[in-house]
Amino acid sequence: MQDIRPDTSHVVIDAHGLQCLIDALSQDGRRVVGPTVRDEAIVYDDIAGLGSLPRGWTDRQEAGRYALERREDEACFGYVVGPHSWKKFLFPPVETLWKARREDDGTMAVSRPERPADRFAFIGVRACEIEAIAIQDRVFEQGPYTDTAYAARRSDAFIVAVNCGQAGGTCFCVSMETGPRATHGFDLALTEMIEGAEHRFLVEIGSEEGRSVMAQVPHVRADEARIGAASAIVERTAAQMGRHLDTDGLKELLQGNLEHPRWDDVADRCLTCANCTMVCPTCFCSTVEDHSDLANREAERVRKWDSCFTMDFSYIHGGSVRASTASRYRQWMTHKLANWIDQFGTSGCVGCGRCITWCPVGIDLTQEAAAIRATPGEGRS
Amino acid sequence: MTARPKLAVWKFASCDGCQLSLLDCEDELLAVAGAVEIANFPEASSAIVEGPYDLSLVEGSITTPHDAERILAVRKQSKFLVTIGACATAGGIQALRNFADVKDFVAAVYASPQYIDTLATSTPISAHIPVDYELHGCPINKAQLVEVISAFLAGRKPAVPAHSVCIECKQRGSVCVMVQGTPCLGPVTHAGCGAICPAYRRGCYGCYGPMETPNMPALARGWRELGADGRDIRRALRSFNAWAEPFRKESAAHDD
Repeated sequence: MQDIRPDTSHVVIDAHGLQCLIDALSQDGRRVVGPTVRDEAIVYDDIAGLGSLPRGWTDRQEAGRYALERREDEACFGYVVGPHSWKKFLFPPVETLWKARREDDGTMAVSRPERPADRFAFIGVRACEIEAIAIQDRVFEQGPYTDTAYAARRSDAFIVAVNCGQAGGTCFCVSMETGPRATHGFDLALTEMIEGAEHRFLVEIGSEEGRSVMAQVPHVRADEARIGAASAIVERTAAQMGRHLDTDGLKELLQGNLEHPRWDDVADRCLTCANCTMVCPTCFCSTVEDHSDLANREAERVRKWDSCFTMDFSYIHGGSVRASTASRYRQWMTHKLANWIDQFGTSGCVGCGRCITWCPVGIDLTQEAAAIRATPGEGRS
Repeated sequence: MTARPKLAVWKFASCDGCQLSLLDCEDELLAVAGAVEIANFPEASSAIVEGPYDLSLVEGSITTPHDAERILAVRKQSKFLVTIGACATAGGIQALRNFADVKDFVAAVYASPQYIDTLATSTPISAHIPVDYELHGCPINKAQLVEVISAFLAGRKPAVPAHSVCIECKQRGSVCVMVQGTPCLGPVTHAGCGAICPAYRRGCYGCYGPMETPNMPALARGWRELGADGRDIRRALRSFNAWAEPFRKESAAHDD
C-alpha cells in the first residue's frame, strides 16, 4: 500500500478498505448512514460496517412493484435506489421548530431546539441523489431565507457517492442528465468492481476532506486500466435505463396543455395518497402544526412533510383551491417537470424513478408526459 | 380562576374502547381533570353533575329507538359535541346489520327475540343530530383525543389531518407493503393511527375510515392486480367502517 500522492485523485481499496473507511468516518464522530436490508427492501439507516450493507442483494423494480433478489456475487452496492432518500436525514419528516411557555408572571418564553447534533456521513449516494440534494440546497439554502437547521446538517455531511453498476426498471437519470456517474458534489465516489474473487472499489477523491479521510484507509494507486474499467461499468449502466423521459421542450409542452384530457385520465387512477411526493428526493413541501397543552401553558410548532396531494395543502378561506384529483396531479407534475425550471432554474426531477416504483397503483410520470406529447393541444371542450 | 368547562362522556352502541382511551391517557389524565370538570362520565365516576355541558364526547352508534331519542337530549345539553370512534362516526362493526335483515340476526342470537327492541340499522351520530367535530378511529388515538380537547380549550382547530395513512407511513420510514405485494387499505384510509400495521408488515385494515378524497375503484383495481378477488375486497371494506359511504359503496360494487 502506498500513500496517496498529492496529485492523485483515484485510488483503489478492497472490502477491508471499505470497512476502514466506515470506521474512520465513525471515529471522526460522524453518524454513518447507508444502505441496509430491512422489511424486504434496501433502506437507508445507521450502519456499523460491511455487515450492515446489502451484500449480495439486488432490487427488481417496475411501476408499483419492488422486490429484493439475491445476486450471484457479493456486491455491496449491487442495487439501485430504494424507498428512502437522504432527505429524511437532511430534511426530517417531523421536526419541532420552536416551543413556547407561558410563565406564572404572564410572560412568554420561546425556545428553539439546539443546533442539530448529527454530523452525517452518507455511504452509497447515487448520482441522481447528489443532484436531488443540490436541488434541495437551492430550496432551503439559496433562496432569500435559509433553513438554518438544514444548512447545518448539510454543511457537515460527508458524502460517499457510488457510481451505479446497473440501472433499475424505473431509472431514467440519463434522460435527466443526472447520472449514472457522480461528477461532483461528493467527498469520495466509489465504483464497485467485482472480477472473479477480486472485489475492489475505485475511489475518486472529490474534496480535501475526502483526501484526509482516505489517508487513514489502506489503498493502492489506481492505474489507467482500472479507471477505464470503471468507466465502462458506468457506460454499460447508462445503456440500461428502464425508463426514458423526453425532455425536449417538456416545460412548454406541459405548460401549454393545462386542459389536456390526460389529466382526467390519470385522475381516474390516482389515489391522491401522496406516496409519490413522500418518496421523491426533491419534494420539499411541509406543513406546520401548532399544538397547545391542556393547561394552555405550553405550545409548540411542529413541521411535517406535506404534499400537494392533500386537501389541506391548498386550503384557504372557503375551501381547497385544488379540490379535484386532476388539478392536484397536474400541480405536482407541472411543478416537478416544468414550473420548477421557472422557479429554481432546473427541473425538479432527477430521474430516480421512486415516484413510479412506489406508486401503489403504478402511475408512471414518464408515460403521462409521453401521452400528452402524443396528443398535444387537446383541450377540454 | 374561572370555572372549568364541564365535560360529559356519553355511550351509545359501542365497546367502550374509545371512552376508555380517555382513562388510558395516564400522564395527561391529571391534566385533563385539571383543565375540565369531568361532570358526567359513568366509566370514571358515579358522581354526575347536571348539564348543560360545555363539551360532550359521544361514543357509539344509534341502534335502538330509545337511543335515537336519547341522542336528541344529549345534543340539547351540549354546547360543543364531538363524536369519537368508528361507531359514532360511521356506525361501527354493528352496521354490518345494514347489509342484511336484522330480524335474522336477532332470531339467531337471542333465545327470546320478542324482548329485543332494535332498529334495522346502525347509524352514525351525525345521521341524527348536528355534530361539531368527528374524531375517527377504531379505537381512537388517545393522543388525538387529548389534541382535540386541548384545541377545544384553546379555541383552535385540532391538528388532525384527514389525508391518507401513507403520509404517516412514509413519515415513519416504513416500506410500502402494497408495492411489495400485500393488499393495503392505507391509500384510501384516514390517517391517525400512526400507520401501525404496515410497520409490522401488514396491510392497513382501514380502522380510521375513509380519508378525505378516497379513490376506491382505483384501489380496488390495484387489489385485483395483486390477486385479491371481489370477496376479499368486500370483506376488507366491511369492517369497523363498513357504513362509511365510500367504503359502503365500493364494497357493494364487489357483491357477487
